[in-house]
Amino acid sequence: MRLDSGLPDGGAVAGGSAYPLRHIKKKAKTSPSRWRPYWQAAPMALVFFVFFVLPLVAALVVSFWRYNEYSIIPAFTLHNYFAVFDGCISGLPSLCTTFSTYLSTLRFCLIVWAVTLVLGFTIAYFLAFHIRTLTMQLVLALVCIIPFWTSDVIRMISWIPLLGRNGLVNKALLGLGLVSQPVEWLLYSNFAVTIAFVHLLTAFMIVPILNSMLRIDKSLIEAARDAGAKGWQVLVHVVVPLSKTGIAIGSIFVITMVMGDFVTIGVMGGQQIASVGKEINVETGFLQFPIAAANAVILLGVVLGIIYGLTRFIDIRKEL
Amino acid sequence: MSEKRPASFYWLALVFAIFVLFLYGPVITILVLSFQGPEGGLTLPMNGFSFHWFAELWKGIGLIDISQGLYNSLELGGLVMILTVVMSLMAGLAFRYRFRGSSMLFYTAIGSLIMPSIVVSLGIALEFRIVDDSIKALGDSFDIGWIEDNYSTALGMFTSGLGAHLSWTLPFGLLIMFAVFNRFNRAYEEAARDLGASAWQTIRFVVLPMIAPSLVGVALFGFTLSWDELARSSQAMGSTSTLPIELQALTTTVTTPAIYALGTTTTAISFLVIGMALAVIFIVQRRRRRHGSDAGQGLV
Repeated sequence: MRLDSGLPDGGAVAGGSAYPLRHIKKKAKTSPSRWRPYWQAAPMALVFFVFFVLPLVAALVVSFWRYNEYSIIPAFTLHNYFAVFDGCISGLPSLCTTFSTYLSTLRFCLIVWAVTLVLGFTIAYFLAFHIRTLTMQLVLALVCIIPFWTSDVIRMISWIPLLGRNGLVNKALLGLGLVSQPVEWLLYSNFAVTIAFVHLLTAFMIVPILNSMLRIDKSLIEAARDAGAKGWQVLVHVVVPLSKTGIAIGSIFVITMVMGDFVTIGVMGGQQIASVGKEINVETGFLQFPIAAANAVILLGVVLGIIYGLTRFIDIRKEL
Repeated sequence: MSEKRPASFYWLALVFAIFVLFLYGPVITILVLSFQGPEGGLTLPMNGFSFHWFAELWKGIGLIDISQGLYNSLELGGLVMILTVVMSLMAGLAFRYRFRGSSMLFYTAIGSLIMPSIVVSLGIALEFRIVDDSIKALGDSFDIGWIEDNYSTALGMFTSGLGAHLSWTLPFGLLIMFAVFNRFNRAYEEAARDLGASAWQTIRFVVLPMIAPSLVGVALFGFTLSWDELARSSQAMGSTSTLPIELQALTTTVTTPAIYALGTTTTAISFLVIGMALAVIFIVQRRRRRHGSDAGQGLV
């Protein structure tokens, strides 16, 4: 978040590359300090190598391995991939498990993305353009962010007293005479999963969009107004295009989190709704590691494809 | 400030208010319900007021030992917090200079942030399985008695579990450090160096005090993200279990307000940490304002 517009070194020096002293210093540099960035970055690089890069390699490799009841066997096979797509082509037009699982997960993705985008954009817009003091902006942004620092599972189960069979919503509906029996699809359903996702993920939209919006030069909006643009025209032709990067970053967060999810869909779906992440989780529970790995590799491919589509028009590094 | 607010302000304020209610309402409900009387159920209304379900919680629900999970999570969260602050700060300092592989490291961090957690978790589990199998094979072929007798697995809370959490907290730490150093005026460092400070002294007495509030922010992210982390832990914790793992297991089996009591306990600890962090940040800012420096202001 950009919260420091009062700093003396605000824009011009940002990024460090434009800093004039940099070249002078470089010449004066002695050899030990030339290696400084390397050892300073080494611990983090090592962690990412051992706990992110190698694991991905391991998943890719193991997805081509055989296995039996006890162990994984390092011998090449494509069987795991065939097993994942078993009956997917021959069974058409009816969908195989894998296709229908992906379809269901993608549907959650689309709905949750649309809702969090509209909601996140609206709230970010309110904070950026209608709140006048920096302190108030900071406080209200914190109000949106604080739940992010609390447990997801607790935020999920907190819907039970509201959406449950005897929950607040059902009691209200019964009391108003709108329904004669408690509504069953409120909890442990697609509806509940969607609500929980929106509850958990809207903050991931608000923060990047707010970050983009706070950088918009207010005089651009005044200029648009002076040129005769109506309120919604300013929104569509000035604010939205200038918030594009934030929208893309928020979208990447929301989409990847929904695509790989197994906790929210598990808890809020009453363990009855399939998802790709859940399938992987169940397979590892049965020690079918290679087939879980094949599923993970496919999921990775799908997610990377979506991200590639979204990143084509942004530069993340410029946003920080 | 006297300018009249447009009608859209009030509509948007209403949307914001409803969103805040949506955000906090449910959690507040379970905080209240965790104080149900012994006869109370999972839904409103309150059936008396008591600490009954907290007592039940400490007695243990079913087979699960809550206090062990709590202790594990605190211990791991503390360690993750310290390592996140140290590594992020070091990497943040490094990224101020151009070095080979810097953009690769940056994009790896971004990748680790947006990678579906289940994929990372599974990958770590597989990696450690391969290591285990290799070590055991080594023990067998060279007849190393110690391995044959004692070795079972390298998976554990402070090996694979710690790494899994760091792969999730470090990207946040690095991004915060980027935001900090992109706005950091290097003239202060130059001044310190001109006055004869060594590289270490410059960092210790000039840079660190200026960015201290941001480091508190990194610490906050480090602890809370670890404290609540579930998806990456799912395959990577070995036989130990953390509080979120136990909590998730309880959602399918427990049908009493004891689960809300557990929710209240973990949320209370989260809020305690958040409150402490914000308090420290605000105190430092206030002191600064009194002493007339605005350095590093607001880079939470």
